[in-house]
Amino acid sequence: MFCELDLQNAVRGPLDRRSFLKCALASGAALGGGAALASVAQPAAAMPAAASESEDDARYVVEAKFYQKLANRKIKCKLCPRECSVGDKERGYCGVRENRGGTYYTLVHSRVCAAHVDPVEKKPLFHYLPGTIAFSIATAGCNVNCKFCQNWDISQSRPEQVPSHYMPPKSVAEMAKQYDCPTIAYTYSEPVVFAEFIMDTADAGHAAGVRSIVVSNGFIQQDALKEAYGRMDAVKIDLKSFSESYYSKVVTGQLKPVLDSLVTLRKMGKWTEIVYLVLPTLNDSDAEFRGLAQWIKANLGADVPLHFTQFHPAYLLKNLPITPVETLERAKAIADAEGLHFVYIGNVPGHPAQNTYCPKCRKMLVERVGFTASEMLIKNGKCPFCQQPIPGVWHV
Amino acid sequence: MSAAHNGSRRDFLRRSLTGAALLCAGGATDTLAVVQPVTAESGAASAKSRVVVARDELLRGSGATVDSHRMLALVDRAMQALCGCGDPLAAWRKLVRPGDTVSLKVNTLGGRGISTNVQLVTAICERLQEAGIKPGEIVIWDRDSEELERAGYRIETGNNRVRCFGTDRVGYEQELSAWGNVGSCLSKILTQYGNVLINVPVLKDHDGAGVTIALKNMYGIIHNPNKYHPNGCNPYVADLNMLPEIRSRMRLTICDATTAMYEGGPGYKPEHSWNANALLVSTDPVALDHTGWQMIERKRAEKGLKTLKAEEREPSYIATAADGEHRIGTNDPKKISIVEV
Repeated sequence: MFCELDLQNAVRGPLDRRSFLKCALASGAALGGGAALASVAQPAAAMPAAASESEDDARYVVEAKFYQKLANRKIKCKLCPRECSVGDKERGYCGVRENRGGTYYTLVHSRVCAAHVDPVEKKPLFHYLPGTIAFSIATAGCNVNCKFCQNWDISQSRPEQVPSHYMPPKSVAEMAKQYDCPTIAYTYSEPVVFAEFIMDTADAGHAAGVRSIVVSNGFIQQDALKEAYGRMDAVKIDLKSFSESYYSKVVTGQLKPVLDSLVTLRKMGKWTEIVYLVLPTLNDSDAEFRGLAQWIKANLGADVPLHFTQFHPAYLLKNLPITPVETLERAKAIADAEGLHFVYIGNVPGHPAQNTYCPKCRKMLVERVGFTASEMLIKNGKCPFCQQPIPGVWHV
Repeated sequence: MSAAHNGSRRDFLRRSLTGAALLCAGGATDTLAVVQPVTAESGAASAKSRVVVARDELLRGSGATVDSHRMLALVDRAMQALCGCGDPLAAWRKLVRPGDTVSLKVNTLGGRGISTNVQLVTAICERLQEAGIKPGEIVIWDRDSEELERAGYRIETGNNRVRCFGTDRVGYEQELSAWGNVGSCLSKILTQYGNVLINVPVLKDHDGAGVTIALKNMYGIIHNPNKYHPNGCNPYVADLNMLPEIRSRMRLTICDATTAMYEGGPGYKPEHSWNANALLVSTDPVALDHTGWQMIERKRAEKGLKTLKAEEREPSYIATAADGEHRIGTNDPKKISIVEV
């Protein structure tokens, strides 16, 4: 089974559509097993001398939403807090939105560079339709540059550098249904930067009876958040740290807009879970864990699931070691002590903190083996032992 | 002078970049003393960095098009002044030797109006071949083949000709190359198509970085330039130019200031451009950038515009490139010798 974080081991190089889909959806997946990987992105390797692909590329180019026209053919992007001021012929920081003569365009609408069928637990979402599978897609691009990114080969690439296939919204919805996926997941790179595509695809999915979930850094402006993530049925936010300094130096982003996004998602009533990737020596202090847990409880409530996940060396931080399990356990202990009800440890297969326990009677309610929910005892949204309500969306 | 300097041959070479076949240049070789690029170790406090500013007010004759004969003469004058040689070939032979493979990184982002001039590149290619470089071992390149074509270049990938194509044809290395805050995949044209890099940027301002001249032209080598525009591209431009794959190959910068821009860059704004009819040539890209920046500031002042600093886009990366950590070159006017020819 391939991990959501394991894209780099996938088949590389361009595939035709049939091969792409065959790889993406090759069976072998029992419930929770996950399908084989599709062709995924690498910065383009030795490509044959090619004729211009401008006609094909035009399919992916759609006028962007969330921007403001300025004088002299410049624009200001209003999608994420960077608010890139972009001159004619230039692109924003994300590399996938371009100013052409004073009109701003997304270059990645329907331009899918990764497609998998994954267990929903792999997002990770533990309180949303456990045991089901999600049709998971991504385009190139990202609006930050995390030094530890495991998917940097697509997130830090421009779309023309990455083998992609034309997969318009209705096709995505059809494929999700074809493979019995109750949800479409927008993930791997950063869905903020392909907002137009996720909006249209979520609409197509809902029309076909398929839900949408987004796996995101939450670094998005409020108006775009409400319009784009307002269409989502569940959201997982990667909260990289609880420090502006870390966000600046390691992520090249900002903390406060992400916290604002979390608060807004709560007000919108969106089911939200939070992942905190723990990097040894960089964001693993007691003070940071405590501050994070206190903020979550005060602003989002004690029932928001929080996942402390194990870092593995990648991209520009290959010098750091894997997060010790003891560090993750320390983080969990602090968050538990602050009163959070559902604190998990991720990327450590077999750890008991991957299971869900009733916050009242402490009985195990959902047992997980890897990314598989092997036992699910929650009935009607409650603990079957003490009738404590267990927040989440438990059934399709 | 050799027959290589006659008009018909030059016209033939010029056409080779825009449509016709190219003959192999002959030429004797002799013992070379190759000028080493300025490095952190060789950019010592005691030596001044020479920046040649070569001008020709009649470069376009009576029209708008650059005259290729005058361009060759301008390149010759600049190179002779840079290397202190009485003969242009002697100057080139200080920089390259037979067996070298030379890549010319041009700048074509802005389109035909503000891209590296084809006549300039033709002149450089002519002199390289006369210095003993085989035509098939010269590559003219930028990041994108279509951008090259829009700027007037003809895509050519044949083995026995001067080649011209974009990174989109061959791709980027799969492994990252990293220094400081920069981690990028490099164009395979840089890493696999040349042991000598000649940087051929243009002279223009930039709405984020302040100016984009020699140092920032290296953004066209990496797969993720968009990640390095925050904070006026500082320290990213400097860190990028520290990558060993670039430093080990960089031999010379010839900045095309035939048409320059003082406002509205990087896209072409004809209303903010002027015919400077000049080349800036140096082996110190920091000194060259500093000199070019001052030229832009003087034109801005002439037009009644604020300084780049007043507009909060001073090119701070130039100072960073000169600082103790980088030492790519110097931005100290007392250590720059500007030679006007």
